[in-house]
Amino acid sequence: MAKVKCECGHVNPHGTILCESCGRALTEEAQKEKLHDMRYEGSARRSQTYNKTIIDKIWNFFSSVKVGIWLIVLTLIASSIGTIFPQKLFIPNNVSPETYYEETYGTAGKIYYTLGFHDLYNSIWFIGLIAAIGVSLVICSLDRVIPLYRALKNQRVARHGSFMKKQRLFALKEEKLQPEEIEKVKEKLKSKRYHIREEDGSLLAEKGRFSRWGPYVNHIGLIIFLIGAMLRSSEGMYTDEMLWIREGETLEIPGTQGEFYLKNEKFTIENYDKEKDPEVFKEALERTGGVVKNYQTDAVLYRDENRDLPGAKPKLVKVKEEKIRVNEPLKFDKFALYQDSYSKDEMKAMEFALANKETQKEAGRVKVDLFNPKDTYDLGNGYKVEIVGYYPDYDGIGSDGEPKTKSPLPNNPAFLFKMFSPEHPKGEISFTAIRQTLEPVGETDYKMEFRGIETRNISALTVRKDLTLWILGIGGAIFMIGVIQGAYWNHRRLWIRQIDGEVYVAAHTNKNWHGLKREINSVLEGTAIPVPEDQQG
Amino acid sequence: MNKKKKRLIVRSIILAVLALAVGYTFYSNLTKEERHNLRKGDEAPDFVLTDLAGETRQLSDYKGKGVFLNFWGSWCDPCKKEMPHMEKLAKEYKSQGVEVLAVNVGDSELQTKKFAKQYGLTFPIAIDSTKEVQDAYNITPLPATFMISPDGKIEEIVIGGLVKEEQVRTLFDKVKP
Repeated sequence: MAKVKCECGHVNPHGTILCESCGRALTEEAQKEKLHDMRYEGSARRSQTYNKTIIDKIWNFFSSVKVGIWLIVLTLIASSIGTIFPQKLFIPNNVSPETYYEETYGTAGKIYYTLGFHDLYNSIWFIGLIAAIGVSLVICSLDRVIPLYRALKNQRVARHGSFMKKQRLFALKEEKLQPEEIEKVKEKLKSKRYHIREEDGSLLAEKGRFSRWGPYVNHIGLIIFLIGAMLRSSEGMYTDEMLWIREGETLEIPGTQGEFYLKNEKFTIENYDKEKDPEVFKEALERTGGVVKNYQTDAVLYRDENRDLPGAKPKLVKVKEEKIRVNEPLKFDKFALYQDSYSKDEMKAMEFALANKETQKEAGRVKVDLFNPKDTYDLGNGYKVEIVGYYPDYDGIGSDGEPKTKSPLPNNPAFLFKMFSPEHPKGEISFTAIRQTLEPVGETDYKMEFRGIETRNISALTVRKDLTLWILGIGGAIFMIGVIQGAYWNHRRLWIRQIDGEVYVAAHTNKNWHGLKREINSVLEGTAIPVPEDQQG
Repeated sequence: MNKKKKRLIVRSIILAVLALAVGYTFYSNLTKEERHNLRKGDEAPDFVLTDLAGETRQLSDYKGKGVFLNFWGSWCDPCKKEMPHMEKLAKEYKSQGVEVLAVNVGDSELQTKKFAKQYGLTFPIAIDSTKEVQDAYNITPLPATFMISPDGKIEEIVIGGLVKEEQVRTLFDKVKP
């Protein structure tokens, strides 16, 4: 590795453009520049000359800002394409995504699915892109922050004349400065909180160097953020489940390994009331008809003391009772239950009357629990109803002549009843569905008359646990500190040097040149030192 | 040490750490969905249910015997088709140390009893009313059959109906002690 020794005697790392110490241009290109590129202080930020091993090649690839920007642009384009068709999460959950995209959106949908756009955040290449951005962030930062730190640490007070001439703010004047003049300027600079270093009549005033580290602090924040996001896919760090729970039901809370159970006491939807609620809502209510004020699940949280095998009866101990509302989750042991969705008026029970067709006389009533129907219902006095068949989601008669049910849910309950009466002690058969009665084995004297229905609501809760949140918080905070550090402070430097009876003045800042000019003007005003002028534009 | 060598080592270490992090991200993301699925060779999750006769059925009590664990529902047509095969072979293999355990998912007791009577089923049937066993085995489509070896390992998983008796017989033979 060839080091570059500057005429001033300082030894620079290979690839250095401007001597770390005196600022002399070390490359031909830099010597030809009208103004020096000061972004990284002319330090050796990339050693592309060392491209021999595969490690160096990978390193140099990710070290390029151009590559980093391309990765970000590709990620943005991919993310926007991902919004064209709905993501997998939002398609109906009873269809297979494999066929859904092609059937709904044609060839474009098929391509969309095949390339993994339908589940973008989980597709390999998208994770790959994000990971590459992370790698690029680390390597780009390391490759720049270390040389920059070195260059700023090694900078000498007396910079070479050629370096000063090629600064954006520069002035040159034939003049012999008096020591008092310098003292006056130093005082003013000090009052503006500059650090001052002097070396045989040359002066360097500097402030706000730490603002140069802003971007790198910001990158550290981003990397921490990415680590947090990475941990989300780890077992036990992140849970996002749904719990559909009927009124009155007690169910195990998914994701809690059987430790917690929840009971839904009641689910309510409350609308704004024209009369009771403030006048301001009146107009909106008249326009839309109804506006929901509150979705609420009255829930009881239990802990299972047994924590026994699946299927075993839990030994429930009440932990707490709470009302879950939108944005007011039930929190317990790192978990939170959020009100997410609902389904109203699921049928729970049906009531029938056993009645004589001719006389219209009721022999008694039968209330059938649709989730747990009984075998027989004894009505006394020789009247009895037996359920021969129960079809909760009746879907017509099958090819085998048997009534069919689509699902186990009571969406369209139908019954095959056997009605016993003193007149018919052997029973009469009646098939009773909603708005339909069949008498498959001959006309009957009795019938099951529909009398009423009992319904209940189902509440849908999101079960959420996120142990990565604090990591994301810290990452975000560091990110913001970096932004503030880089945005609200400037790194300002002023060089004054006397060479052969001439005064050289140069100044540099990483941003806000206007502010620097004003500050220098006020410092140098009324002194023999010339005010540096903007050589650019 | 040569500075060039040192740089190579430093770069290699940093790249290795990054590669490890990226590799882990890939691994954990790609196995996220699979992680909770049971696979051949896994230990069959133990559970305890009460069957229609009121007897407690715990899977681990079947150690030393092969188990044909079947999840079904009365509304599911393929379930109806495989029941007669199961019934026939359950009787045949009982003496050879293979037992059938059927777990109903979603039906009421009435429906399950009527179904068992209609198809003349004699093997134990339990209702998983809380769906805890269904969750433990991560079952969505019905029917699903798990063949469990005498030492409690999952020997075979069949999702979907078993149409032919021969198919069922092969499964029974697999877990014979």
